Amino acid sequence: MSLTRQDVEKIAHLARLSITEQEMPVYVTSLSSIVNFVDELSRADTGGVQPMAHPLDGQHQRLRADEVSESDHHEKYQRNAPAVAAGLYVVPRVIE
Amino acid sequence: MLHNLFIGELAERLAKRQVSSVELTRHFLSRIERLNPALNAFITLTAERALQDAAAADARLGKGEKGPLLGIPLIHKDIFCTDGVKTSCGSRMLDNFVSPYDATVVARLKSAGTVMLGKSNMDEFAMGSSNETSYYGPVKNPWDISKVPGGSSGGSAAATAARLAPVATGTDTGGSIRQPAALTGVTGLKPTYGRVSRFGMIAFASSLDQAGVFARSAGDAAAVLQAMAGFDPRDSTSVDVPVPDYSKDLGKPLKGLKIGLLREFFDGLEPRNAALIEDALSIYTGLGAETREVSLPHLPLSVPTYYVVAPAECSSNLSRFDGVRFGHRCEDPKDLLDLYKRSRGEGFGAEVKRRIMTGTYVLSAGYFDAYYLKAQKARRMITDDFRAAFEKVDLVIGPTTPTPAFDIGAKMNDPVLMYLNDIYTIGANLAGLPGVSVPCGFVEGLPMGLQLIGPHFAEVKLLNAAHQYQQATDWHRHAPRGYE
Repeated sequence: MSLTRQDVEKIAHLARLSITEQEMPVYVTSLSSIVNFVDELSRADTGGVQPMAHPLDGQHQRLRADEVSESDHHEKYQRNAPAVAAGLYVVPRVIE
Repeated sequence: MLHNLFIGELAERLAKRQVSSVELTRHFLSRIERLNPALNAFITLTAERALQDAAAADARLGKGEKGPLLGIPLIHKDIFCTDGVKTSCGSRMLDNFVSPYDATVVARLKSAGTVMLGKSNMDEFAMGSSNETSYYGPVKNPWDISKVPGGSSGGSAAATAARLAPVATGTDTGGSIRQPAALTGVTGLKPTYGRVSRFGMIAFASSLDQAGVFARSAGDAAAVLQAMAGFDPRDSTSVDVPVPDYSKDLGKPLKGLKIGLLREFFDGLEPRNAALIEDALSIYTGLGAETREVSLPHLPLSVPTYYVVAPAECSSNLSRFDGVRFGHRCEDPKDLLDLYKRSRGEGFGAEVKRRIMTGTYVLSAGYFDAYYLKAQKARRMITDDFRAAFEKVDLVIGPTTPTPAFDIGAKMNDPVLMYLNDIYTIGANLAGLPGVSVPCGFVEGLPMGLQLIGPHFAEVKLLNAAHQYQQATDWHRHAPRGYE
């Protein structure tokens, strides 16, 4: 199975990735070859097999008591942010 | 020379005050200064801080404190968050990121008294098998600088092989410790999934990722794993199972150990590679182990299964890089969508974008059942094969890689060819099993690895088998020319 340029544009949009004109044909070719390769799975007989999401049996999502365990470090954490004002992350205007 | 000693020997000299941690640290820093420019094994060097940490270790040693890692220099893969130190994950996306906290692995090794020399180069976000996808350029293999060191933990592997540090940390999602260990002639240990905390280890594929060790011997790997392993409430998949003494059985005789030869690993194996594995098997038989053939009939599905599961998880994990809270942001975004798309388009390299898109595709409406769910079913079939094999044998054995290190650039234009490098290593990740690669000889002057895989939490047995092999052979003592 091979992917078209439109398929790749749609995937890139879903993944929120800008792809340049020069990059596009490379992705169309390489993603097609990857999809063809993983298509090998379609030949496997997986009837009656339960999907496996986690490699260890008997694991479950742990819960903890609802108690404050961390202090406020937002100033330290926001030192890595590209744009901050009054303790908030700044992005282009979303609501007119 | 100091750099050829194993950490047990270094710890003894440190304890007897025959050498100080500061002297040891200076010794490795000067080797790095002299030898690393040809290798590009580091993204960040932390020399000043290393000397401070070494002085602190010396103070502890001076008070009579003892510890197998107290004062021992090491390198962390740049995937581990290090408080106050750049943590790039090999990506332009995080080129400006200074971590505000330590990963649990880093914190535990720090409190054990280790001295961090720097952060090692790696494939971008650990996605690669050759260390060529790094934003900081490829790492070179010290055995031949025209060859790749393997990946994704290529910097840690090359630095350990070149004796730029006695040990280094790594992570293994599909072979990223064992494969580069094999291609650079060092010992690489990937523990059981959940054995070592993933907290502060930048996520690639959360159901596969596991932290581990590069060392020059199984004994050294055991000592480092001892400090890394254990339950961590901050990692929701960390396993609350007691940590055994990983060194206790290193010297145990192998008499009666049942080793399974993986039939699928030997089918079509290159003859010179097969001959090295045969030699290793006769060493094991000589040590009293019994060998028999076992089959994992679904193993041929492991590479396509992995290249659905891992990209799916990566596309979800890497959605956090949005140009808002940390990491790269594009110039002058016209709106929020433009900010997301261009920040990500510019911040991620080609292979990372390819995997995010593969993952997005296999998870998208209409394809989820055919790819993602199908792969999760195949994953169970592969895991069940291993389980059946471990009812008959204690460990399974085979090559780590199909070939020795290949030329830089040789596979960069064909992702599927690159993915097939992981054919022998991926099964252990899908099943969450521990595995170790130890040097077992040379093909065309390049090192090759022997891989041992065990059942869940069988690290003691694996390290015992690896150590006994290293007592009977000296492949792990070979150093690349110019780095002796």
